[in-house]
Amino acid sequence: MTVEEILFYAMSTVLVGAAVAVITVRNPVHAALALVLAFFATAFHWVMLEAEFLGILLVLVYVGAVMVLFLFVVMMLDINVARMREGFARFLPVGLVVAVGMMGLMAMVVGAGVFRIPGPERAAADHSNTAALGHLLYTEYVYPFEIAAVILLVAIIAAIVLTLRRRPGTLHLDPGRQARVRRNERVRMVKMHSEKQ
Amino acid sequence: MIPLSHYLVLGAILFALSVTGIFLNRKNLIILLMCVELMLLAVNMNFVAFSHYLGDLVGQVFVFFILTVAAAEAAIGLAILVLVFRNRETINVQDLDEMKG
Repeated sequence: MTVEEILFYAMSTVLVGAAVAVITVRNPVHAALALVLAFFATAFHWVMLEAEFLGILLVLVYVGAVMVLFLFVVMMLDINVARMREGFARFLPVGLVVAVGMMGLMAMVVGAGVFRIPGPERAAADHSNTAALGHLLYTEYVYPFEIAAVILLVAIIAAIVLTLRRRPGTLHLDPGRQARVRRNERVRMVKMHSEKQ
Repeated sequence: MIPLSHYLVLGAILFALSVTGIFLNRKNLIILLMCVELMLLAVNMNFVAFSHYLGDLVGQVFVFFILTVAAAEAAIGLAILVLVFRNRETINVQDLDEMKG
């Protein structure tokens, strides 16, 4: 067994274990942390597959941003975990049947025959996956790249608009209205005679 | 050398586990979202493996776009989740039955 195979099986064990933890643990915070572990193991696999840029992207963007967002929401909401677990035992047999059936079918298709091709030679030490990917993204796929940017912009705006709320009754200043104010809205000049003793 | 099929079977196991997770945790909206993320991860694993073994970088470009869309999906999904919780005080899927679907 080579070092490569040992690393592959070790990281696959971690990955599958983390995935099982995501779907079985009681506490959603623990599920989110298990998902973080799964992302790390996947990033390791991708680096082994010479996709270094995507591996680092997965750690930075997914663990650093998306999972922190998940944890933030999980901790912000006050969830009744016990009620959420209702039906877990009831659906366990169905879930197991679906899992084993699906896994068996897919493993039968992809596990043997044409897909048993060996890997290509390792790239040279000075080969840069990031440069190659960037070259492809900014030439051939520059239009889809810009569409992806627009999708992210739409997501930002949608998330802000969805969660924005105006609570009535709160005391706050409106700088726009403050700046627009005119003198005659506030001050009334009154002509009156001076009083004499 | 690890053959391609090992990575494909790993992706299949991940995908099957996340489908099972949707079966088991059908009440908890947050775990459902996490299962969708795990499912996308399994698909991405297949793309990266094929990209490496067939020597075609386009598979990695596709993974890049899937990651972008998945990040947008997670952001909007969690925003909707917060909105649902704010209005209904629950994220139990069974309590969200106003449309009588």
